[in-house]
Amino acid sequence: MSAANAASAVPRVWRKPPLIKSAALRWGIGIAVALYLAAAFGTTEVNWGRVWEGLPRGARFFAAFFPPDFTTRSSEIFDGILESIWMTVVATAIGIVLSIPVGLGAAKNIAPAPVYYICRGFLAVSRSFQEIILAIFFVKLFGFGPFAGVVTLAFATIGFYGKLLAEDIEDMDSSQAEAVRATGASWLQWVNFGIQPQVLPRMLGLALYRVDINFRESAVVGIVGAGGIGATLDTAFNRYEFDSAAAILLVIIAIVMLMEYFSGFVRRWVQ
Amino acid sequence: MLRIRGLTKRYRTGDLALDKIDLDVAQGEVVALIGPSGAGKSTLIRCINRLVEPTAGTIALNGVELTTLGKGALRRARRKLGMIFQEYALVERLTVMENVLSGRLGYVGFWRSYMRKFPQADIDEAFRLLARVGLDHMVDKRADALSGGQRQRVGICRALIQNPDLLLVDEPTASLDPKTSRQIMRLITELCRERNLSAIVNIHDVQLAQMFASRIVGLRQGIIVYDGAPDGLTSDVLTRIYGEEDWSATTKRSPEADEDADHEEPGALEPAPLDRDRMAGLT
Repeated sequence: MSAANAASAVPRVWRKPPLIKSAALRWGIGIAVALYLAAAFGTTEVNWGRVWEGLPRGARFFAAFFPPDFTTRSSEIFDGILESIWMTVVATAIGIVLSIPVGLGAAKNIAPAPVYYICRGFLAVSRSFQEIILAIFFVKLFGFGPFAGVVTLAFATIGFYGKLLAEDIEDMDSSQAEAVRATGASWLQWVNFGIQPQVLPRMLGLALYRVDINFRESAVVGIVGAGGIGATLDTAFNRYEFDSAAAILLVIIAIVMLMEYFSGFVRRWVQ
Repeated sequence: MLRIRGLTKRYRTGDLALDKIDLDVAQGEVVALIGPSGAGKSTLIRCINRLVEPTAGTIALNGVELTTLGKGALRRARRKLGMIFQEYALVERLTVMENVLSGRLGYVGFWRSYMRKFPQADIDEAFRLLARVGLDHMVDKRADALSGGQRQRVGICRALIQNPDLLLVDEPTASLDPKTSRQIMRLITELCRERNLSAIVNIHDVQLAQMFASRIVGLRQGIIVYDGAPDGLTSDVLTRIYGEEDWSATTKRSPEADEDADHEEPGALEPAPLDRDRMAGLT
């Protein structure tokens, strides 16, 4: 009785409960992070003299890009771009087709446990390697040329698209799928009527995004010998033809911007 | 027609949802299943079409034992069990027509359904059903452009086009206003009468159950505690089903509300911005 009175007389304080309950742990983590950051910055050696000397060299290098030379190597640039576009389209198509079964298998709410773990494992492996590492591996496997690039990009697409498909399926409204199952639909019909309509708009947008990524990656994997415009770019750099390299970079930028605009347009249209 | 014996369901969490249920449903009988949340109503009807796998017991529909069916046989059995859902469970990005035709999936092969080339007889039947519920002017609207009452009527068409022997109805009016709730319940009972269909209807609203069902089954903690006529729901019975409460307002039989129109005015209920029309054709 008296306790209740006292509680109502004195305003009771309230504070937001801290993220980490134990005060010792909370302060311990804070101090450890601060110490490590201080030590890490302390051991970072910056030779300011060399940075200063490098500045004019960087400026000269940059100046060598201008004016960009589109004409001297125009046929090589043109072929490289065509090859990159071809690699992008083929790799995206193969990658997405292959990622659909993997993505279905990696969705916890529709796949049985063993299938789920196998597919998730596959996705984890295919996503754990950056495209460059995959490209080096596939170039060793299949030799120089665009085929290694296509395999690289397709493999990376499976990891990307399969994971996002699986996650989108896991987020779907299960009652809609349940209702389709209750009609006596077969598994394929269930996927087609109960799941596909729910995930399709987002997956179309992601497919376009992946086309965009694959084109940019096709320029990168070429540097390690997997074909495409990257190979042309690498050659230009090796021959110190920086004006041609600048032209290639500008073409890449133009194409990426064009695709960005196009994919935004398509995404608005499908939602 | 439907014969349930000793039906038991224990979830993996250890919760006993149904405890040795015995229930018979006759041809053409509309049974309302009432009981508090968590009593096992949803589990019971989902055990019948095995969206939930029963732990023990037998369920026979017209002499066919459902609990032991293999995959293909289960799909064939599900065709004969139409289900109507709480919150409608329409596939929202599909059109009204596609949703209704999805009730035929158990009868149509994959490629035909994938290409949306359903047999003409199915399409005729879909148009007939949609006309019966007053929605034949909205066939190509996307399901998410419809109002609640309209969606549930599409759900009813989807269940009926299966040509079922038994309707399993799970809280059909849970998210509808009182007037629409009555219209939906009346529609379901009328259709059952027209087709001599049996139905098991899970319902929270006791008055609505009394108004439309010919028999009431009360479920509490997985056990049937009442099975009888709608008139028999006294204060004592309701206390047995739901627990102690002042039931005087519920047991007073309310006269059937006087409603003139069976269908809502379509104009007032169309949240149909222009781009929806375009989308409906696209998906």
